[in-house]
Amino acid sequence: MTLDSSLASVDKVERTAEDFAARAGFDEDTVPNIVMAVREAAVNAILHGNAYDTAKQITASFETTADSLIVRIADQGPGLDPDNLPDPLAPENILRGSGRGIFLIRAFMDEVHFRKLHPGTELTLIKHRAPAAPA
Amino acid sequence: MSMHVATRQVDGITILDLSGRITLGEGSVTLRDSVRDLLAKGSKNILLNLGNITYIDSSGIGELVSAFTSVKNAGGELKLLNLTKKVHDLLQITKLYTVFDIKDDEAAAIGSFKK
Repeated sequence: MTLDSSLASVDKVERTAEDFAARAGFDEDTVPNIVMAVREAAVNAILHGNAYDTAKQITASFETTADSLIVRIADQGPGLDPDNLPDPLAPENILRGSGRGIFLIRAFMDEVHFRKLHPGTELTLIKHRAPAAPA
Repeated sequence: MSMHVATRQVDGITILDLSGRITLGEGSVTLRDSVRDLLAKGSKNILLNLGNITYIDSSGIGELVSAFTSVKNAGGELKLLNLTKKVHDLLQITKLYTVFDIKDDEAAAIGSFKK
């Protein structure tokens, strides 16, 4: 889906993530974590990537494979260097009022990948389905 | 659903009963404005009752931290009451559980303020 750079788009992405995560069979503890990670990625794309620029859009795609839920969120912003983000757990950052979004995405998903676009950034969030219990 | 705030006073402590979502946009702004108004009126001992908060995102967490810092800088205390499991888990993941004074009993919380 392609969406404008508004908070209403965040809500749409969030609702879609909830539908996909539930239909993919994740349990009731895991679904909210996936939804939160996807919401944070959408907020990041709109707020920090596109900076609410109405001329820019975000894209969101959802895919369920045999072993994973894969969500991709892309913006058209100036780009993001994932290796140079402040650590929100560091004592000098713990009382900051922002800077926890990417940290929470990494905490709740199994894999997070960043890809530079021209222009923009694409985040790929992957959550693996729990392995089947041994017989 | 956006966030709703109800304010009450108990033994000189201002309790904000919050319900709904503290997220980027309306919820975070409502919390910020509520705390700012209280500080402007001289109410510096604040207990945030989060028992009916259904959802909080990183912006909401940041707003809790900012409120804590603002109140502390004003010479007051801000404490949290009745965390849901989800909010509790988020504060643990972000190591903010050690920053906030977190209570699960209102009377004990009221009694813990320096006043």
